[in-house]
Amino acid sequence: MGSAADAELTENISPTHVGRALPRKEDAALLMGKGRYADDVPVPVGTLVAHVLRSPHAHALIKKIDSGRALAHPGVRTILTGEDIAKLSDPFLTAVKEPLPQWALAVERVRYVGEAVALVVASDRYVAEDAAELIDVEYEPLTAIIDPREAVRGGASLVHEDAGSNSVGFREFSYGDSDKAFAEADKTVSVTVEYPRNSFTPMECFVVVAEYKPADQSYDVLSNFQGPFSAHPVMARALKTPGSKLRLRTPADSGGSFGIKLSVFPYIVLMSLASRVVGSPVKWVEDRFEHLLAASSGPNRITEIEAAVMSDGKITALRMDQMEDYGAFLRAPMPGPLYRMHGASTGAYDIQNLEITNRIILTNKAPAALIRGFGGPQLYLALERLVQRIAIELELDHIDVIRRNLLPADVFPYKTPAGALYDSGDYPRAVEEAVGDGRLEALKKKRDEARAAGRHYGIGFATVVEPGMSNMGYLSTLIPASVRERVGDKNGAVSLATVNVDPLGAVTVTADAPVQGQGHATVLSQIVADQLGLDPDDISVNLEIDTQKDQWSIASGTYSCRFSPGTAVATHLAAERIRNKLITIAAKQLNTLPEDVELSGGNARSKSNPDNAIPFARVAGTAHWSPIMLPDGMEPGLRETATWCPPELEPPSKDDKINTSLTYGFVFDMCGVEIDPVTYQVRVDRYVSMHDAGKLLNPLIAEGQIKGAFVQGLATALYEEFVYDDRGAFLSGTFADYLVPTASEVPALEIMHIESPSPFTPLGAKGLAEGNCMSVPACIANAIADALAVKDVLLPASPRRIHALMAGDEQVPPEGATVSQASSAPASRDGRDITGGGSFEVKAPLAEVWRSLLDPDALRDVIPGCHELHREGENTYRADVSLGVGPVRGRFKAHVALSDLEIERAARLAGSLSGPLGVASGGGHVRLSATAIGTRLDYDYAVTVSGTAAAVGGRLLDGAAEIIIRKFFEGLAKHVSPQDAADVSGGGLTGLWRRILSLFGGSR
Amino acid sequence: MKPRPFNYTRPSSVAEAADALAHYGENARILAGGQSLIAMLNLRLVDVEAIIDISQLKELSEIQLKGDVLEVGAAVTQNRLLAWPELEACVPLLAKMLPWVGHFQTRNRGTICGSLSHADPSSEIPLALALLGGSVVLRSKRGTRTLTADQFQTGVLSTARQPDELVVAANFPLNMGSGTAFRETARRHGDFAIVGIGAVKAVANEIRLGIGGVSARPFVSSLRFEKASDIVAEIEKLVWQFDGYEDMHATPRMRRDLVRHMAPLVIEEALA
Repeated sequence: MGSAADAELTENISPTHVGRALPRKEDAALLMGKGRYADDVPVPVGTLVAHVLRSPHAHALIKKIDSGRALAHPGVRTILTGEDIAKLSDPFLTAVKEPLPQWALAVERVRYVGEAVALVVASDRYVAEDAAELIDVEYEPLTAIIDPREAVRGGASLVHEDAGSNSVGFREFSYGDSDKAFAEADKTVSVTVEYPRNSFTPMECFVVVAEYKPADQSYDVLSNFQGPFSAHPVMARALKTPGSKLRLRTPADSGGSFGIKLSVFPYIVLMSLASRVVGSPVKWVEDRFEHLLAASSGPNRITEIEAAVMSDGKITALRMDQMEDYGAFLRAPMPGPLYRMHGASTGAYDIQNLEITNRIILTNKAPAALIRGFGGPQLYLALERLVQRIAIELELDHIDVIRRNLLPADVFPYKTPAGALYDSGDYPRAVEEAVGDGRLEALKKKRDEARAAGRHYGIGFATVVEPGMSNMGYLSTLIPASVRERVGDKNGAVSLATVNVDPLGAVTVTADAPVQGQGHATVLSQIVADQLGLDPDDISVNLEIDTQKDQWSIASGTYSCRFSPGTAVATHLAAERIRNKLITIAAKQLNTLPEDVELSGGNARSKSNPDNAIPFARVAGTAHWSPIMLPDGMEPGLRETATWCPPELEPPSKDDKINTSLTYGFVFDMCGVEIDPVTYQVRVDRYVSMHDAGKLLNPLIAEGQIKGAFVQGLATALYEEFVYDDRGAFLSGTFADYLVPTASEVPALEIMHIESPSPFTPLGAKGLAEGNCMSVPACIANAIADALAVKDVLLPASPRRIHALMAGDEQVPPEGATVSQASSAPASRDGRDITGGGSFEVKAPLAEVWRSLLDPDALRDVIPGCHELHREGENTYRADVSLGVGPVRGRFKAHVALSDLEIERAARLAGSLSGPLGVASGGGHVRLSATAIGTRLDYDYAVTVSGTAAAVGGRLLDGAAEIIIRKFFEGLAKHVSPQDAADVSGGGLTGLWRRILSLFGGSR
Repeated sequence: MKPRPFNYTRPSSVAEAADALAHYGENARILAGGQSLIAMLNLRLVDVEAIIDISQLKELSEIQLKGDVLEVGAAVTQNRLLAWPELEACVPLLAKMLPWVGHFQTRNRGTICGSLSHADPSSEIPLALALLGGSVVLRSKRGTRTLTADQFQTGVLSTARQPDELVVAANFPLNMGSGTAFRETARRHGDFAIVGIGAVKAVANEIRLGIGGVSARPFVSSLRFEKASDIVAEIEKLVWQFDGYEDMHATPRMRRDLVRHMAPLVIEEALA
């Protein structure tokens, strides 16, 4: 942990432990595999294991769930469905009054792919997953809504019918006089920005171990929940139990969270209920597929933003219309991302007139919730893209437009038009230091040289005001002031921490911020060591939380950068009280006044006579061993719990001004990117990130947090996206399609700091762990816009999207070229159906081929992998089939119908499949014509696939659909002309088929 | 993500493996490196009665020069072949392509023949075999047969292997052409290629070009040209023959454009 010489050097720079780049005390255990994660914690004997059956449909009615076969499977203890859950629990509380009931399992209807439909509780996970495949769920598919713009159009399918609309929240805000500013402006500049749907995936997924205790009807739960603990009452209410009877414990270590581990809470309720039903503890560990499919994500947002500007670049007013897509439910504390940034909506700029429209939209996607950045990335992508557009449209330099609008250094503390009270900062200095020392000049030179050579190089900037520690009252802004007055204002934010000194002088700390891997134990030990004159190694920090035993309040948890301005301060205050107590005790023992006593180097000593000293442990012992000897009025013992609730976090005002957070840091990013015209990839050439987070408590940990946020910002900008097709199928269910950047993708990051301590906290420290999640997407998008001279940049800026920006019209095929059918058609799939077609020739008379199509016995033979076929009506059939491609194979229930019959000429074939691998439906036409050798069939098809197959195999779906449909016609050929089929079974048909196709110039 | 129950057997010889395959037929899957199979088992994408593990079979662990081919046994991992000192001299194209196969960690387990058998349309190894005109050796109780790459891979994840047959080796021709080159583009290094292109200079004024990721199988074509401008024209003819698959990472048009841009660079490198 650093040499003595290093320590001495650091000592010389900083006389205290706070501010030192102390290596993390957590790391040794984690690096040696000694971490204790939720899944490592031993469980009680007899603990059962749960597995969740999930919906393959984006939107469907649940007609029937038959658990009979699954219950009979050996090792299965019980199976719960939404019907059971609705009887046992109440729906989760939500922030809006619209009826959007959500239980821990889907009730009557599924609203997104991956929604929990049933829970299997069994002896082990293998058995549970085997049994889940035996649950027969009958769905009636409904139209799914994916695009938020379509969701609000008249006649759109409703995600929640009782709500009457997919728009479940609407508020308009106005500060200053925007109409006047726009009327007087030299120009109006606008841009529409879409923020994508993504998440930041921890290595460790959700874990819940729940035990119902019948003796006192309580629940004991261990889970890697992260807070906010405002979710605890939500869980307790759902379980219809007092909070005291929901004991929630968090483990010692965390495999990461990034906000997502709030969203374990519905599963805490689900497993608690399951334990109550089966009478044994129930454990559930989410797997990666479930996590990507259904854990949660940040909300996607469409922002229409416009600015009133003067010709010198000065912005006089902003208007923004924010349409945020929360998916299928509004899970507490949603719609946080729309309101968490509210006070800071004007960012780092001096803009006095502001209008905001906020719209809460529901669609058939997984419910959105907390992820790192929480509303900031969405806001700043829009605001910073707008600033770049202002520069372009006014023909000014982008950096000059930023300079023109930055808040000056002398305005702090500064009240923004929407009510935020920015605590401190020097934005111009931060920007000038970042662009200085030739850094911007070097980027410009590179850009000039690249452009002269015909290459695509762009420079981007972004400024961000980064909030720390949220005001619990910010979400109240979503209800009108008149209603707020009636129901009572929420406000403030409570932080709690306890410092305890034992009879031998050993110090322990507990606090209200569960571990997520940030290194908080290290920082808290630095803070406490400073107060008590000890070494950080002397301080033990335990950040496990037990809601029955530990201090916590509604704001508790590790989220929204509340550690440095919140929990760290509470710990500092608790340690300060211990110090004051020890000094008072020591003064009596040293025969001096308390003012003369200091704690340092493990002793209490007289400042005026340093030889007059006693060991820390002896002073501490007095409080325990000799309470009667303590100075008058002093309480015995050495345990202090401090509460920190800064007064600046006022409730929203009558005119909707809200100080959304306590501290406001500043980030300025600058980057150069180059776009490869061969591969359409964006390469980040240089990235500089300047931070002002006030006083840095531990620069090493700050660096780690900044780098982590940078990588996640990069992921948003270039890689990670949850992709749904237009029918609601989820397509990014593995890390082969949900692309987390690896070390190879991450460019070097130059980090700079200035420090403007916050006057509102005793430590002067602000949050800094989310800023780059907010700045990097905007900065890179601006650089891409600069490189390609385009207005609209969709993120993540994948090669596919860059291609769309760069490609232009395609030249026509050269004369004489063989053109495949697929190539000549427009794009075969545009987020909708998989389409295709082909032609086939069989050596059989047309009449016989036609008869076979209508003959159930023939169809049994023709349908690939058909085990059983039942006639359901005229030309409609039900079948059990085994279908697959190569090694992939699954059993499905199939429905097939023939219609639109034109005798011996044409028919329409339609059908659907459902099974553990997912669901598919589609249809197509087949046309018959007589040829010299027999009959020619021409067919086309359009299919849609959802569920596991679509989520994990998207890359191969086109090819797979082609193969399976081809098999049908191969089967038909074999049936009507077994002679040929003999050749066929040797694998020759493919070749034959290809040859036939090539006659038509097609490969499919 | 737990597999369904299956029988696991680890035969001690190829003959025993063939017996097991004859017994289970299409209800068995061969486990060599497991880099695709295990993930598919866990996702329950494959439904099998038995897993036959050939990874420890000594007879399948050989890398041998046999006449004019390099024979790579079915248990040889990608990293072992990559580390084989004579690879660069014998089959330079493979030496160029193997580093693009997955990640270092997956190459430690993944096998050459496993990748061929899996027949992913964007994989590098099937592309190399097709481009070089190599072959695959299959063994069953009925005997041994050798299929050319073109005969072997029939479509997406599909091969001409019969259910009772075991791929025992792949043969890569030696001394194919005087110049070789390979490039691919993927979202991240190690991802499934969007497009991969290899080139081998066959004779003067002729290039064999192999393209992965654009059709159900590797797309191989010979290009004859007199002058450099002919190459562009020839490539333009090729790109219209692709199957035109679309996924979230690329449209058919983008795949054509990637080939338009990358193929001339690969050819230039092979000719240099």
